[in-house]
Amino acid sequence: MFRFKLLAFVFTSVLLASCGTTVPLDEGRSVSSVADQSALRGSSNNKSVEGGNSSTSQIRGTQQAQDTGSSASDKSGVLKNGIVYFDFDSYVIKPEFQKYLETYAKPLIANRNIKITLAGHTDDLGGREYNLALGQKRAEAVKRTLAILGVPEKQMEAISFGEEKPAALGEDEASRAKNRRVEIEAR
Amino acid sequence: MSYFCSRRKIVSQLASVASGVTGLIGLGSGNANAQLRIEVSGVGATLLSIVIAPFRGEEGAPLKISAVIQTDLVRSGAFRSIEPPYGITEEDNERNRSLIRSMKVDAVLVGSLTPTGNGSFNIYCRLWDGASASELGAQKLLVTPNDLRYAAHQISDWVYQKILGERGCAATRIAYVTRLLGGSASVRFNLWIADSDGENARAALTSHESIISPSWSPDGMSLAYVSFEARKPIVYVHELKTGRRRIVADFKGSNSSPSWSPDGRHLLVTLSKDGGSHLFLISAQGGQEARKLPGSSRIDTEGVFSPDGKSIYFVSDRGGNPQIYRMSMDDGVTERITYSSDYSISPAISPNGAKLAFISRSGRRSFRLCVQDLASGVMQAITDTQADERPSFSPNGKQIIYATQIARGGLMQEALMTTNLDGSVKSKLIAASGDVREPAWGPFQFVGLK
Repeated sequence: MFRFKLLAFVFTSVLLASCGTTVPLDEGRSVSSVADQSALRGSSNNKSVEGGNSSTSQIRGTQQAQDTGSSASDKSGVLKNGIVYFDFDSYVIKPEFQKYLETYAKPLIANRNIKITLAGHTDDLGGREYNLALGQKRAEAVKRTLAILGVPEKQMEAISFGEEKPAALGEDEASRAKNRRVEIEAR
Repeated sequence: MSYFCSRRKIVSQLASVASGVTGLIGLGSGNANAQLRIEVSGVGATLLSIVIAPFRGEEGAPLKISAVIQTDLVRSGAFRSIEPPYGITEEDNERNRSLIRSMKVDAVLVGSLTPTGNGSFNIYCRLWDGASASELGAQKLLVTPNDLRYAAHQISDWVYQKILGERGCAATRIAYVTRLLGGSASVRFNLWIADSDGENARAALTSHESIISPSWSPDGMSLAYVSFEARKPIVYVHELKTGRRRIVADFKGSNSSPSWSPDGRHLLVTLSKDGGSHLFLISAQGGQEARKLPGSSRIDTEGVFSPDGKSIYFVSDRGGNPQIYRMSMDDGVTERITYSSDYSISPAISPNGAKLAFISRSGRRSFRLCVQDLASGVMQAITDTQADERPSFSPNGKQIIYATQIARGGLMQEALMTTNLDGSVKSKLIAASGDVREPAWGPFQFVGLK
């Protein structure tokens, strides 16, 4: 009962406080949307992801690219969300993701109206601001790779969420490996 | 009386709502909900001994103010509390003086709380020197019930000043962020403004997306912070009195790590608008102008000004791993400051400019709060926890607030701690449920929150 009152108070005060700026309060924009992304499906099959050892990494993104006939867009040309994973403390694109990113380059070059956000993420180890910068580096590494493949810079924005939007909440290495990623999303 | 300033009315209007958030401090009060834990460790910690007698009449009041004063003074890292003797009162008489002398303590605080009849209280208190049993001073305050806690903090600071000759910081405020996991995977983030002990918390902002890096303006009127509410990191300035917010950095890419210039006119921020993460100076009013500071092609972030504004401290991985550097704002000359480990982040500079607090990694998983003397370079890890984050100095420079992880019910949970600079006195702040993080200690100025 009290909690309800408190939330009501908080909501009211924020609504009053926003004064022309928008504070998202609709439930639809909760962080659960991260887990809805197609590339995260079937992650239970990939328990052996270990940071720092790329040879054991299970690459769902690559599998997904193969499943979709090496195109990152569907028949109607809508770009699918994608994920590129990284090793611990690293912003180097692993070789196995080169081909995967090529599947994104093709539809982006073909359709200059598609704009994408590359959102870098990290695991929860270390400071939030430093992780934000590390996530930015990861996002820009993906952006640079796509640019080399011919995607115009104008179609891409690299941003970072740092450790703020984990895909997996566990404190184990497998969860952390899932969090070291860049999400590709059409805007 | 001039020591005490009147409290803003606007704050007290909200106090009744907020007091239920965290419950009362229970230290020494027999309160079953006592949650504040103060650890005193370290050999030879030289603490002043003080007796804080229960204030006559406080049993019937909404708040046991002597307990709040006691907690404030112990948390300050300068005092240890001694059990009061039976029968001591606030009166100036020979019986009390001989009681005080018999205790062999450094100081004794006694007082009373008297209802005025119209809902307010008269607080009277007297501070004695323990050795001579001579009076160090007395105070008289008229306060509303909602202001009792603030009055207790002011009395703590008065005692601190009387005995140590320096300002106390109990009557200051902190900002922090909580993350609450709700049902069906919904997450709620709140930015709170609270008294320095974590009490009286009032929400300044709530969001389904993360809020990080709150930074107080030097006048205590505004907070700058990073909010992800627009699905990317954007820097806002939030005026606490009006609740009005403005976007100050929303450039292409990420906008983060705001920190005020000492004159309050500019913000140091980390922007990726040109690629990478680099330090920029922007107007605290916002706008499209952003002056890029000299830096590296690697990560430069977490910039903070020295208190004199002549240099900035920041984190860079230009040498291969993240370390703290100092750059002169006159000529851009930059030098590395930290050498103790391969990962040193989150610099905070003490108000007198002499000490650096930061987080240092040892091994792969252990992140500890360290304090480094900037003149000598001597540094000391002052915690034995594993996941410390984001230190912030109290305005008198005697304490540091930081976030860490503490086991609660078998799970690790983020919580706030305060410590003195050698780590010998630590206390955990009570707060609302959920993960508590991103602390920032405000300046001496106390401004009402909408």
